[in-house]
Amino acid sequence: MPYSPLLVRPMREELVAAGFEELTTPDDVDRFLGQPRGTALLVVNSVCGCAAGMARPGVRLALESGPRPDRLGTVFAGQDLEATARARSHFADIPPSSPSMALFKEGSLVWFLPRHRIEGRDALDVAADLRDAFAEHCATAPVG
Amino acid sequence: MGTFHQGKHALHGITVLVETETGEAWVGRCDDLVGGELRLRDADVHPGDASPSERAAWLDRARRIGVWPNHRRVSLPEASVRSLRRLAED
Repeated sequence: MPYSPLLVRPMREELVAAGFEELTTPDDVDRFLGQPRGTALLVVNSVCGCAAGMARPGVRLALESGPRPDRLGTVFAGQDLEATARARSHFADIPPSSPSMALFKEGSLVWFLPRHRIEGRDALDVAADLRDAFAEHCATAPVG
Repeated sequence: MGTFHQGKHALHGITVLVETETGEAWVGRCDDLVGGELRLRDADVHPGDASPSERAAWLDRARRIGVWPNHRRVSLPEASVRSLRRLAED
């Protein structure tokens, strides 16, 4: 049974405040990931505090400076079920986990951070992994 | 911010690698260790009679991207567990 939307709202807003677009329908996901140009970070958000409690702050830290993806999007696992399923269909060879993060470049998946590499770490560690990925795959200047 | 579950084992919510006395390797999210049982969720298992190279390849993939949740809930007798550790630290 999904958690109450009231409980989940602050967890959504934490990423929206960092510039993420909420993708709540399959069409939202396809529009977001269907753009062939530039880079896009997709965060599969989660209620679980064991991992998501550090994932969101890690993402925010990573976006504060340095290279960053051109587009930021998020689906919420366990809440927006169809959107999450559609998002996962874009990296169907990877087992589902949440929270998790996927970085796309020119429409192709180039980097993935599964849940088990977020669990038990602090936000600085998660941010460091993200910054490494951004440095490798994201141009400093956003694509217009 | 998040939803935490009090009163569970220290590894609750953490993806673990469990090796059993019969040679199986389980990877899954630890729920709890209670009542003589290790409870996993969203787990997968690699058979005990697998070759070392097959096991190494399976574990390498698990460390990189995780495992398919072929077993939604699993209870392993604690007495059958030879080792238990975080997958990310393996």
